[in-house]
Amino acid sequence: MAQMNMIQALNSAMDIMLGRDPNVVILGEDVGYFGGVFRVTDGLQRKYGEHRVLDTPIAEGGIVAAAIGMGVNGLRPVAEVQFADYIYPAYDQIVSELARLRYRSAGDFFAPVTIRTPCGGGIRGGQTHSQSPEGIFAHVSGLKVVMPSNPYDAKGLLIAAIEDDDPVVFFEPKRIYNGPFDGDPNKPAVPWSTHPKGEVPEGHYTVPIGKAEVVREGGDVSIVTYGTMVHVCEAAARSLGLDAEVIDVRSMVPLDVETLVNSVKKTGRCVVVHEATRFGGFGGELSATLQEECFWHLEAPILRVAGWDTPYPHAFEWEYFPGQKRVARALTAVMEAR
Amino acid sequence: MRRSRLHTPKPHARPGETPDFSYLELSPAGVAPRPDINVRVRDINGLAYELIRVLDDEHRAVGPWNPHLDPSELQVGLRHMMLTRAFDDRMQRMQRSGKISFYMRSLGEEAVAVAQCMALRPTDMLFPAYRQQGLYVVRGRPLVDLMCQLLSNTRDMCKGRQLPVMYHWREGNIFSISGNLTTQFPQAVGWAMAAAIKGQDDIAASWIGEGSSAEADFHHAMLFASVYRAPVILNVVNNQWAISTFQGFAGGEHRSFAARGPGFGMAGLRVDGNDFLAVYAATQWAAERARMGAGATIMELVTYRAAAHSTSDDPSRYRPKDDYDRWPLGDPVERLKNHLIAIGEWSEDRHAALAAELDEHVTQSWRQAVTYGTLTEPPRLDPHLMFADVFKHMPEHLKKQEAQLHAELAGE
Repeated sequence: MAQMNMIQALNSAMDIMLGRDPNVVILGEDVGYFGGVFRVTDGLQRKYGEHRVLDTPIAEGGIVAAAIGMGVNGLRPVAEVQFADYIYPAYDQIVSELARLRYRSAGDFFAPVTIRTPCGGGIRGGQTHSQSPEGIFAHVSGLKVVMPSNPYDAKGLLIAAIEDDDPVVFFEPKRIYNGPFDGDPNKPAVPWSTHPKGEVPEGHYTVPIGKAEVVREGGDVSIVTYGTMVHVCEAAARSLGLDAEVIDVRSMVPLDVETLVNSVKKTGRCVVVHEATRFGGFGGELSATLQEECFWHLEAPILRVAGWDTPYPHAFEWEYFPGQKRVARALTAVMEAR
Repeated sequence: MRRSRLHTPKPHARPGETPDFSYLELSPAGVAPRPDINVRVRDINGLAYELIRVLDDEHRAVGPWNPHLDPSELQVGLRHMMLTRAFDDRMQRMQRSGKISFYMRSLGEEAVAVAQCMALRPTDMLFPAYRQQGLYVVRGRPLVDLMCQLLSNTRDMCKGRQLPVMYHWREGNIFSISGNLTTQFPQAVGWAMAAAIKGQDDIAASWIGEGSSAEADFHHAMLFASVYRAPVILNVVNNQWAISTFQGFAGGEHRSFAARGPGFGMAGLRVDGNDFLAVYAATQWAAERARMGAGATIMELVTYRAAAHSTSDDPSRYRPKDDYDRWPLGDPVERLKNHLIAIGEWSEDRHAALAAELDEHVTQSWRQAVTYGTLTEPPRLDPHLMFADVFKHMPEHLKKQEAQLHAELAGE
């Protein structure tokens, strides 16, 4: 075991896969010589060469399309889209091509592409460096969609994604690259070395795609969340002194309905939390599924906490971000319902 | 005082007007030079504007691009083009009689897919659009298999998931047709990049229409192909019409699509797409260049979409009825036939006999194909198949939905 932050854990995942499988290649803007704007691919080109770790033109659509073609020709590409906010030029290639190739060719062709992309706010990134678009990918048939909340899961899920023969969109909450973040920007930054999930095996292991994790067991209320918000929710529940069960969804597609349902049936109360905008967001799917499956066990309506339905504003970042206060209000409302 | 004025491209003629193809810049056969395979792009910019032609008006093969094919190979090429046309013709009629839902003919542009495919190796990977059925004919996919796809029947290679003509063939190295335009262009480049990374000897080739060269994917393909010198041939089939929109709206007004190559540092060839020999020779040149690592080529194949865009289209509403009759580059089948007759390797009688034989082959294939079902007649594909292949292994939510459908169908 070693102490790793999320950047190091992701780097280690790719390092291991480049070493184990000669078909694994990495491509993206600034990922090669420079090692990525967030340093996630640091040192990999030096170690594995320019034919394994490729700098690309600034063309997300071209990056994903090239990755698809490489995948069809037997490679196992890991494409980086520098910010999730820049993924839209590749949307057609992801939705119409990558997601459906296996289906439309009746299983004769497939492209085992992993698309890594940093998402989420809290870094003063304004409306072009803060988005959380996981919901619009989860809605597409044929894509697996994951978002880790800590270094251990980040490495295990990324290895699982690279080894998966289905396409995976891999969201990296960049606010927690260097340490867990409880939603309070005025507190000093905390490194991952203070967190048990900052302990990461140096070798190969996987965290299965499609399995949620109960991060904290509790009996009062279930908080269903993922990414940065896992840490915010834990802190919010603590601040209220609630015995909350916190569930890290980890994988939006496939969704581990069973773990979620078991928890909500146990507690009878549920708050769904994500950073992305609320309207039409993935929280709606979580909430609807849990309502269908757990209605007769519910003591209160399931509430959603999310980013406001506006673009992500630069100057009002902390008024926008669904921090502890917003989560706590929803928890209180759910607990007070009779 | 002058003011800016929005320019809207105008086609050479609309219905009721007299076709005038003087906008097409044509070179006489045999005039365009044939450079060395590894020539520098800047030294062949002219080839992006000239028209590479081999067959002249007297049906002779002339000039440096003459590939000097054996007459038996030319006869095979003629046969492939004629079979493609006979297949198209029958499938068009089957659509009209309600047996299949949709069809797209390649009438008038058969030389593109047929000659190009013959000039490539069987292991080269092809990424076609929807009008290159000739690739399947050349690579020997039984017509029955194509018909079963058109019928979405129990032997449909796509298991009923794709619109007719969106074939694929893994063993034949022909990629799945998307239906979203130009998406396959940069994918072909990615395939070729992988071939180079792995040290493979194979190259990729892809086809789009001139109309869909307007898509951003075209730019991505050109850029990645040139940046990484990917072993790929990028073909723009300029058949003049994108449904009702003439090629001017894709930027082809007084310009060549091949000329987009040199701007990217990529070889650009403008080729008479109805000249079997020219198409073959130019493809051979581009393939050899790609295979030796000298980089990609964009090839504009100047041809004419003689049929409607699809069975859902009526070209008499947007172009003159006699447009194709006045098309200056003729018909690819007639031109190769006349050449073979001129060199004493073919005759009208042999041609008629071959046409009858191919028609009979198509008829027999159709008879067999419909025994596997049609869209409306049994046997039918199992609807549960719709849940397979979304993922490699079916996740729980799809298993649940499959069970729901099962209950629906059982009338529960």
